[in-house]
Amino acid sequence: MKVVEIENLTVNYQGILALDKVNFSVESKDFLGIIGPNGAGKTTLFNCMLGLLDHYKGEIKFFGTSIKKSKKYLGQIGYVPQKPVFEKNFPATISEVVGMGLTKNSKKDRIDEVLQKVWLHELSHRRIGDLSGGQQQRVFIAKALVNSPQILILDEPVTGIDSQSKELFYQILHDLNQKENITIIWSSHDLDAVSKLASKVACLNRTLFFHGISEEFFHNENLLKMYSESSMQMHMHHHED
Amino acid sequence: MTFEILSYGFMHRALISGIAISLMCSVVGLFLVLRRYSLFGDALAHAAFGGVAAGLFLGIYPMWIAFGVSVSSALGLTKIRQKFQISGDATVAILLSTGLAIGVVIISISGGFTVDIFSFLFGSILLISLENTILILALAGSILIVILLLYRQLLYTTFNEEQAKVSGIPVEKLNYLLVTIAGITVVSSMQLVGILLISSLIVIPNVTAMLFSRGFKQTAILSMIFAVCSVVTGIFSSYTFNIAPGGMIVLISVVIFSVALGIKSTGFLKNKTIIPNIKQV
Repeated sequence: MKVVEIENLTVNYQGILALDKVNFSVESKDFLGIIGPNGAGKTTLFNCMLGLLDHYKGEIKFFGTSIKKSKKYLGQIGYVPQKPVFEKNFPATISEVVGMGLTKNSKKDRIDEVLQKVWLHELSHRRIGDLSGGQQQRVFIAKALVNSPQILILDEPVTGIDSQSKELFYQILHDLNQKENITIIWSSHDLDAVSKLASKVACLNRTLFFHGISEEFFHNENLLKMYSESSMQMHMHHHED
Repeated sequence: MTFEILSYGFMHRALISGIAISLMCSVVGLFLVLRRYSLFGDALAHAAFGGVAAGLFLGIYPMWIAFGVSVSSALGLTKIRQKFQISGDATVAILLSTGLAIGVVIISISGGFTVDIFSFLFGSILLISLENTILILALAGSILIVILLLYRQLLYTTFNEEQAKVSGIPVEKLNYLLVTIAGITVVSSMQLVGILLISSLIVIPNVTAMLFSRGFKQTAILSMIFAVCSVVTGIFSSYTFNIAPGGMIVLISVVIFSVALGIKSTGFLKNKTIIPNIKQV
């Protein structure tokens, strides 16, 4: 069953073509890794999917319905941003931060439940700003999960996090996909982690030049070479700019 | 002495209104402080000053004009910030000086109505009538109920607007609601605390509370306690020493803040919480 369909998605952002006719779909229970260099359009793609950017051409459908017609799909999505921006001394405990995501239909017990899933239940009364970057990202996973979403969207969630915390983070994502059947759409620079975790891969560099089974991509030297050349070109392009 | 003070009707009204105002200012102020809108209350109070002067000049009850000016300034300021991407502190400075300028011009034209204006600028216990007390209680009650009902959405929007938007929260509507509430709070409070000092009642108890608390609810409760203590002690000392209440209330809140800073710097409460952890509601 297709839970997400992206059709001919084109985004022109201040005269720059950020995304060019991107087409792909996500099946229920997929673990999709979206890879691509900096400036490839990953965050733009997510911003369109999450309703934060609506100046695009093409169609985005969640559960078969265009997101322009209804915003109800947002209730079925959990989102973990790259690096959540908040005041370091914001007076909110971990429980309060996770509880911010609760809707009227969710039970308050969910806060403890989701904190256990990310192994933070013992720290629930600590202030969010007192935690390490890795722990904070686990809090934001818990917040994204509090309404029992069907889809979890993560935008380069482990940027700037130490390797031990990354491993723990990846383990949590793996368990959510395998044990709880949550569809995961995850953008990352970490090709090694994507090859180990993702069941499917989408390679994005303003346009989509691969979408398919993970092994197909990582066992195909031509595709890997194409990806690294494209990344290098993008890198050079950024420097020229 | 204390019993004698409490036998006066105007003291009853001042104390009841004062407690309602302190609860309202600390709760609304917490959202403003966390959004870095600390001087927003000051700007609205100065805009309201123009309204008060206009009301006195036209012979209309000045509070009604002040409510209109304050709320419309709050909404206008928010719209301007969104549309023209002018920084928050610059728009606050423009509104602050515009309100004051309008007030000064009207006072100059009218030849001055010094006694009334002085009361509005620095607050007065005697200014609070029974009608005012009822109005303040009704407004404070309504504002606290609205904030309680929308507490989670307001907190989420204050914490991170983008994530709140992704969760389907109507962020823009909530922002307009919050500034409207701030405008009403400022005007309701200015008779007691005074136009020039109202922003301190919005800011100081919250900043003091944030020194000690871990969570949002703890901060809100501590801030309300500090604000009520400042206002009640300020009203008593205002009567006792015949000083404008606004000044006394603010000075007492500054004393509480200074003591809190001292305690914090000694590390005495480092691993303790002033009030126990509150279960998620």
